[in-house]
Amino acid sequence: MADDMKSLPEEDRTFTLNFGPQHPAAHGVLRMVMDLDGELVDRIDCHIGLLHRGTEKLLEYKTYLQGLPYFDRLHYSAPMNQEHAWCLAIEKLVGVEVPRRGSFIRVLYSELGRILEHLLNIGTFILDVGALTPITWAFEEREKLMGFYERASGSRLHAAYFRPGGVHQDLPQDLIDDIMTWCEEFPAILNTLESLITENRIFKQRNVDIGVVDEKTIMQYGFTGPMVRGSGLAWDLRRSQPYEIYSEIPSSVFPVIIGKNGDNYDRYVVRMEEMLVSCDIMKWCIENMPKGPVLAEGTKVSPPRRAEMKNSMEALIHHFKLYTEGFHVPEGEVYAAVEAPAGEFGVYLVSDGSNRPYRVKLRAPSFAHLQAMDHMCKGHQLADTSAILGSLDIVFGEVDR
Amino acid sequence: MTQQSEALTELGEHIADKMPDAVRKFEVRVGELTVWAERDQIVTLVDFLKRDQMCMFEMMIDVCGVDYPERSRRFEVVYHFLSLRLNQRIRVKISTDEDTPVPSIVDLHRGADWFEREAFDMYGIVFSGHPDMRRILTDYGFEGHPLRKDFPLTGFTEVRYDNLEKRIVHEPVELAQEYRNFDFLSPWEGMTAQIPGDEKATTEEEGA
Repeated sequence: MADDMKSLPEEDRTFTLNFGPQHPAAHGVLRMVMDLDGELVDRIDCHIGLLHRGTEKLLEYKTYLQGLPYFDRLHYSAPMNQEHAWCLAIEKLVGVEVPRRGSFIRVLYSELGRILEHLLNIGTFILDVGALTPITWAFEEREKLMGFYERASGSRLHAAYFRPGGVHQDLPQDLIDDIMTWCEEFPAILNTLESLITENRIFKQRNVDIGVVDEKTIMQYGFTGPMVRGSGLAWDLRRSQPYEIYSEIPSSVFPVIIGKNGDNYDRYVVRMEEMLVSCDIMKWCIENMPKGPVLAEGTKVSPPRRAEMKNSMEALIHHFKLYTEGFHVPEGEVYAAVEAPAGEFGVYLVSDGSNRPYRVKLRAPSFAHLQAMDHMCKGHQLADTSAILGSLDIVFGEVDR
Repeated sequence: MTQQSEALTELGEHIADKMPDAVRKFEVRVGELTVWAERDQIVTLVDFLKRDQMCMFEMMIDVCGVDYPERSRRFEVVYHFLSLRLNQRIRVKISTDEDTPVPSIVDLHRGADWFEREAFDMYGIVFSGHPDMRRILTDYGFEGHPLRKDFPLTGFTEVRYDNLEKRIVHEPVELAQEYRNFDFLSPWEGMTAQIPGDEKATTEEEGA
């Protein structure tokens, strides 16, 4: 066999390989057509869109409130972070102020979502490079966090909890206490998880100096999130363009974590550290959470409370109109972005003044990151592609939309 | 907020000053700067935005199309840029129609590649100078441009697996019931920000 290979002329050693869409390391439905030179990657052509559901088209046919649950289905491992961008866009155009307690709960659940996502990413990433155990440990914690989702919103995954003007329901005190207990236990669990991976020889061999991202690549391809921070650029929308109450969080609680080399390994370390920071932010939120309303009351975007509807005719009419006609958003356009776990998730919303959006463009971080696969994998071994893909943090719900 | 708007207005004036041929007008609304540009000049403008010391928009965030069928040039192409160094954002808009290609900015921002392909896929906006103008999100062999306003929500074809032929078949959409697009807009005042009578309450309060 080896002799046969030697006798082949040089150009015959190129292969075209089809990776996915059913490959377990393809993170769902990615199909990559790879041109290989021996075992080295020459070119990667990503075929995406196998999970395309036309979210942007559907949103044009729904009222603003009906459109909200579609955002849970974009980045389905951290649903509330996407809802957040949608709510921010609407609030910016309508001009609604979110009550302080609502803001705190939003930050609490955004950070919870960040941990959810990073746990999933690290679990599957490590699975891609050959370690089978960590994902089960990560998913155990995810399961607990999903429980918190359910107790706040009634749904484990598709929460529809963030609403324009705040969040749908207040959190009961025992839930807040349980989240606090979890936050205190989590760092130790993360530590055991880390002891399996961080200094692991095989893991390091597969990831150190693989998929290095420099500043030029970041700028050229529009990278955001851990992809930027892994390369040592301190860019975090929560700090640089703060929304909600992020500007109030002291930097002792919330430092921006940055890496050094911009390789797969640094991105992994950044994500691990970010989980600890998120955990601290959650604790800070719980400790400083004020009392008060969670939804901007008395505005047209929020429903009246049930008790009020029993006595007031106007409240009843308002409730009916809100859930049939919906609220009107003033004419104009807006771009609102949040620091989602994977990077900058943005919503470009064009409103024509009616009860339905005229055009919504969802700017997904994974879309920009996946696009660089060809650039990042060029010259790497075939086996490195799945490691690089894992470190990009791709979720197909938002790539394909 | 107002300080921010002032800075953005200043930036807009600076861009309009330096690139008078490319910029049609600019506007600052809800704390965001929008620049309307000439289609032919878009590459020069984007290059300027990337290099100018006051702009430094080195990162392309988003490129997308918007459809206004009633206009003579029905499509708008909307670019969003971000400057990490100066921590500012800008939106650039140009208009085009079905037949006129838009100069591609792929040479300046590699990342615009897939975004322009998506705009082509969804709206049929052609980008000239793009290295690889293929469809991206829709199915292999898909026809039409789904995000155009005249493209029905249900589409034209549906796909199913035919058990007799043992293959996937594409058929025209057949709905058991017509797609219902409810018009909830009430013939009355609609849901305005103010309840009728509210204005009286505020004037009284101010008077007292």
